[in-house]
Order: sequence, then structure tokens, then C-alpha cells
Amino acid sequence: MAELREELKEKLIEQLSLEDVEASEIGDDDPLFGDGLGLDSIDALELIVLLEKDYGIKLKDPKEGKAIFESISVMADYISKHRTK
Amino acid sequence: MNKGIAITGMGIISSIGNTVEENLTALKTVSPGISRIQMLKTRHSEEIMVGEIKKTNNDLEKELGLDPLHSFSRTALIGTIAAKEALENANITDVNKYRTGFVSGTSVGGMDTTEKYYLDYTETEEHRRYIQAQHAGYTTQSISDYLGINGYVSTISTACSSAANAIMLGARMIQAGKIDRMIVGGTDALSKFTINGFGTLMILSDSECTPFDDDRKGLNLGEAAAFLVLESDAVVEKENKKVVGRVAGWANANDAYHQTASSSDGEGAYLAMKKALKVAGMTPVNIDYVNAHGTATPNNDLSEGVAMTRIFGEEDTPLFSSTKAFTGHTLAAAGSVEAVYSLLSLRENLIFPNLNFKTKMKEFSLVPQTELVSKEMKTILSNSFGFGGNCSTLIFTK
Amino acid sequence: MSDCFINGIASISAQPTTDPNTFLDEIIHYQESIFKAHDPNYKEYIKPAAMRRMSKSVKMGVTASSIALNNSGVEIPDAIITGTGMGCKQDSEKFLENILHNDEQFLTPTLFIQSTHNTVGGQIALGLGCKAYNVTYVQGSASFESSVMDAKLMLSEEPEKNILVGGIDEVAKNSTMLHKLDGQIKADPIDVINLLKSNTPGTVTSEGSTFMVLGANKVERSIAKIVDIETISRGGIEDVSIAITSLIARHNMKIDDLDAVVLGNNGDINFDLYYKNLQNSVFSETEQLCYKHLTGDYPVASGFGFWLGCKIFETNNAPDILKVNDITAKKYENILLYNQYLGKNHSIVLLQRC
Repeated sequence: MAELREELKEKLIEQLSLEDVEASEIGDDDPLFGDGLGLDSIDALELIVLLEKDYGIKLKDPKEGKAIFESISVMADYISKHRTK
Repeated sequence: MNKGIAITGMGIISSIGNTVEENLTALKTVSPGISRIQMLKTRHSEEIMVGEIKKTNNDLEKELGLDPLHSFSRTALIGTIAAKEALENANITDVNKYRTGFVSGTSVGGMDTTEKYYLDYTETEEHRRYIQAQHAGYTTQSISDYLGINGYVSTISTACSSAANAIMLGARMIQAGKIDRMIVGGTDALSKFTINGFGTLMILSDSECTPFDDDRKGLNLGEAAAFLVLESDAVVEKENKKVVGRVAGWANANDAYHQTASSSDGEGAYLAMKKALKVAGMTPVNIDYVNAHGTATPNNDLSEGVAMTRIFGEEDTPLFSSTKAFTGHTLAAAGSVEAVYSLLSLRENLIFPNLNFKTKMKEFSLVPQTELVSKEMKTILSNSFGFGGNCSTLIFTK
Repeated sequence: MSDCFINGIASISAQPTTDPNTFLDEIIHYQESIFKAHDPNYKEYIKPAAMRRMSKSVKMGVTASSIALNNSGVEIPDAIITGTGMGCKQDSEKFLENILHNDEQFLTPTLFIQSTHNTVGGQIALGLGCKAYNVTYVQGSASFESSVMDAKLMLSEEPEKNILVGGIDEVAKNSTMLHKLDGQIKADPIDVINLLKSNTPGTVTSEGSTFMVLGANKVERSIAKIVDIETISRGGIEDVSIAITSLIARHNMKIDDLDAVVLGNNGDINFDLYYKNLQNSVFSETEQLCYKHLTGDYPVASGFGFWLGCKIFETNNAPDILKVNDITAKKYENILLYNQYLGKNHSIVLLQRC
């Protein structure tokens, strides 16, 4: 799981062009949206594609993302349970 | 009140008809043009519904009598058909008799041909004539060259409010005496680029769109072109022109909230409506009907609805409807498509229905007009909003 | 009819043009037919969080607009009007290629939402929190001038406004290359400084952004007055000559009253004829200046002509690198700009010193 969390941090930085952020600066339980990393609704859509492309998880409704993308830990949990690749 | 600028002709091609009168018939008989996609190949054809013009590019170029080696994209083809009808409708035979300009709104321009040939330009020399044709300005110039308009020609590209902004510019230029006549409107063809683009935003509905419904799932994309002929009062008088209606108010404002989403208080839309009323010298009670932008995305309809309640008061909002369930969201052309429908509403004293509405939205008590009704009207307000926070309002009078 | 003054201007181009204390003192020589802008330090103008999704044209536009606003003393403009010939080409191209290469799968929204032509105008508004009028013109080589015309019209309606007007175009890897295939760009590498003498078809291209703040009232910072501006969608060589002389005559002036002309010659043997004809006839006794051998040609390159005009007024000097004939004006009071591309989208602008 720790490996998956690190992998997600790297992917987030790349996919969302978080140029000035280091993976080590993102805490496992830091909120990704709002006050934490400051991601927004467009980033949420980017992450939905990341789930589908890299882990074979397809979300139908963008609203589902809100709970899944709460933090790196929550995201890693969800992925490990639902991944098809 | 601002007397407004005379509109002396209009032309349109959309998924519900190839002429103004065909569009009117479809609106009156409640015959929407939403279907599965046929003319364009996309892997999403089973997932989406669109408002598509059921003519091939070949059909369109034959109608226009173009040289087979032309470089008209589909956007230019449908644009030329609508602009030509507008000129004929205004009884203009000598386009350069007065100082005449042309302004078209488009978002994708010639993207439909670019995506067809992009990977093949290095191999196939005969397709390279379409390389320039991708550019929005080139699309406009294809149309203006066809019509023989050589002076002031321009393109506005502010996403889904483009054509509304083109109409506004035409009215302002005539009012300032800069020009005698303007052909203004917009054109956008369906393309994989926009289908996939709106797809990534997850705002495409897999069934017929349901504007202002609580359970709305998103929009249907459409393709269309529509143009108006605006003329100065001096020309109208001299030529003894029949006036279809007038554009009396206009405004553009920016939501400055988010790149694509509209603010929850509808500030941009509110400012646009407020300023348009001011330009028209009117108050909200003068508005008999609102042709709403109403795309049926969760975000737009909420934001626009809130803005309407702020302008008119929740209890006093006039009758309103979105005609997007007939045509789909025709992007840059939407403002001129709905300008034509607003002018038809004024001419026929008819309000065209907001189709597919079932459940009132939770956030306010607004309910759109869902049946075709007859009503004596003097003034109609029409909204168009686009990415980049771009909000435009036009006011039409009899 | 109210006047229209340039109260602030900034330009980013392939040359170092953002330092207010220099005027083409140092020239970068390019050896290829597609080259990029000489970038200022964008981080000085844009916060990192805002920058992460910005493509080159957004960075150039936000930066040039911020410098122009700054030197005009206007914080929030009353309208934002932008022009671009090709829009946000880099993001459009990437999105299109992703569609085509991945068979319409695994696409993400960021590229799409930044592909619209009004992205730069929208981003400037968002950054400034400016809710005013915001429109984008896309008309080939007349895109910048279309925006200026709208601003001038608006100042005649509402003279109290300060209007931010600008143009942006960027180079994109593959789409720009396509212009080599259809002959718009020269096939072979070239010493760009010798562009105007190349005698071959096609031109060279680059990218850049020019922004101005316009107002109806002359203020202390006013640099120039835009006396008149006109665009012509298409016309022959003679039509242009007639249009220029009648525009001058409308202001009770003669060709002799022009101290210099700034021409858009781009080294394309097939279309420089438009300029050559004027150079050998109406302007044969006028100082002639060109710039595309420094900046390359792109739809809003003509915005650079406005910047040149303002710099010449400010310094009372036209650098030798711009001169294409032997005439040097005694003073610079009136400058005319003329530009076209492939014989279309002509623009004529009359600038007057403040």
C-alpha cells in the first residue's frame, strides 16, 4: 500500500503539472482539494481519467470522485479494492 | 428606450431545418432534431445524442455550386448556406451598394477538416489546401469571399457566446455610423474535437437533454449556422426595407470565476442582463419572454436560473424556455440560432417550448414554459454564455 | 467622436523587448524558419499556482498585459479585448493528437478547456477579477487590429473607459510545421536577418504578444494617438494604395506629412509585391521601416508595429536595423502602419505622437 501511495503522489504531480511540489511534501492524509493541495474541479476530472487509464476503474458520475479523491490514503484504498489492472 | 438597430433579414440551417421557415415549422410542430450521430464517425456514437444536420459535405457543396477543389470546411459550408439565405431574405442583390461588413462567430472553425486530414498532410498533397482552413478567420473569409464582401470582415471566438457577441458588434458599429450594413451571426459544425472535449468535462448527456430539470444530466451537442442582416435606418428608409425586428439591447460581461464553470451566484450572467437592459433603456418588466441559454448542464442552468431570479425576482421572472432540446447546443452559433428563434417568436407571437422538462429544480421555484403557447410579445431577452466566463445578453424588439 | 490614446504598451517577441530602457540595442540572430519568443522571467509576473496549467500564449499574454497595465497606471481595465490568429495552438494540437492517436480514449479536460481562442482573455480576467466586457477576435493577420477597432468604437461610446487590448500567437510543434508543407513557411533554413532579401516564396514564423492600454483622454503617460485604423478583408495592390491615400486624406493630411511608414514585409516573394508597390510609389520619399526580419511573421506580429511606433515616438529615433531605404525623417510626428498576409486581411493604422 505504501508503494501505491508513493506512486500516486508521483502521478499526481505529473498529471496535474504541480511543478513546484515534491512528492515528499504531500502527506498521506492531507486533503487534496480546498485548503490542502488546492486542487479544483478540473483536477478531479483529470484524476478520473487517471483512474481509468492506469487502474481500469471507470467512474460514471464525476460526483463520485469527491469522496475518492479526499486524500492519497483514501485514493490508494479505493484503488487497491477496485483496480482491474 | 433605445430604438435599436433594424434587422432586415435572417438565415439559418440547423438539425431542425435548412431554412428559416423549415425551422419555424419544426418549432411549431414540436419536432426536435436530436438523434444518434450519422455524418461524423466517432467511437462515442452510441453514448451520445446530437443535433446533426443530415446532409453530407458533398450535398452542401453542391447546393452552393462550389468548385470541387474548394477549401470550405463543414463550418464554412453551413455558414455560407445560412448567410446566403439571410441576404436573400433581406432582398439584397448588390452586396456592395452600401458599406457592408461581415462578422461571424465560431469556436472550432475548420477543425472538422483538420481532424480528418491532420495525420495525412505529409503524405497527401491535395489535402494541404485545408491546412489554412483550420483557422477560424479563414472559415469566415471563405463565407465573405463567397458573398463578395471585401471590406470589414472579422471573426469573434468567445466559445458559446461568439455569435451573440458578433450581433452585438454589428449593432454597435451601425449605431456609431461606422458602417451601413452588417451580416452577423455564427457557425459551428460538429467535430470529434468538441465531442471529446465536452466528453472530458463529463457534461454530455446520453439521452435527450432536459434543460432546467432537476435531474438534468448534461447537454446534447449540435451543429448550426445562423446569420442576421442589420441595416442602418438610413438604408432601411432609402430602400423601403421591411424590418423583421430590432436589436435594442446588448452586453457582455465576465464571470471571472473559473475557466469553464459558471459561478453559483450567476454574477456574469446577471451583469450581462443588467447592462443589456440599460443599453435598451428598459427595466425588467419590459421583458415578455426569455430565450435562455439553458444548456441542461447542472452548472449552467443553476447559475443562469439564479441570475434570472436576481434580475427579475423569483416570483416575477417572465416566461422562459431553452430551445436547446430542439437543436442541441450549437456552441458558437447558439447566440444567432436563438436570435432567429426570438425574432420568429416576436413575428408569430409564439413561445417555443422547453422540451423534456419534468421536475422543478430544488434550488428555486422557476419552471420553464413547456408547451407551445401564443402570446402577444414586444420584447425578448436572449442569453448566451461561454467558457472563459464569457456572458452575453441580447434584447430584441418588434 | 472621441480620441483614442495609447497610455501603456508592452511587447514580448523573438527579440528582447520587455526592458523599457532599451530599444533593439541587442539583436538575436536566428538561423531557422521557426523560432520562439525571447522569454521574460514569467515567474515575476505570474504566481506558481496560477502558472501550472498555462501554455505559452497564456504566459505571454498575462505577462505582456501586466506590464502594459503597470506602465499605464491602470489597475483593473474596463474592458479586455484580445486578438489571436491561431489561438492556443499548443493545447489544441496536443488534444487533437491525443484524440487521433488514442482513438478518442483517455482524454483529459485541461487541454480542451485551454484550447479555446478566448483562453488568454479569460485568464487575464480571472487573474485581475475583472468582470467587464471581454471579447476575442480571430481574423488572421487582422486579429490585433480587429481588437483595436472594437476598443476605439467602445471609447467613442464610453469615453471614460480604460481598455486593455492585446494580441497573442504561439508556435506549436507540429501545427506550425504544417505551414512548411503548404508553403507558408520557407522550406530551407535561412539567416533570418536577411529575410527581406530572400527572393523565395514563404516566410519565417515565430510567436509573441503585444498589449496596450487605451483611453479617450490624453494623460501624462500617453505615448501616441491612434488617429485611424482600417482593415480590408481582400483587395488588390491598387486597392491598398487607394485605401491608404484616402485614409490620409480623411484627416486632411498628405503623404508628405507622414514621417515614417512601418511595413509588414515578410520576405515572401509572392506577396511582398503589396509592399514593394507602395515603397516604389506613394512612399518613395518617406522613411521606410520593416521588422519581420527580427520577429518573424505570425498573425498578431503587426501588434509589434504598434510597439515600434510608440518606441520611435518615445526615443525620437528609429534604429538602423529597421531601415530599408536611405531616407531618415527629421522628426517623428506621424507614422503609418501597413500590413497584410497572403494578400488578405490588410490593415492600415495612422499613429500620431502625443
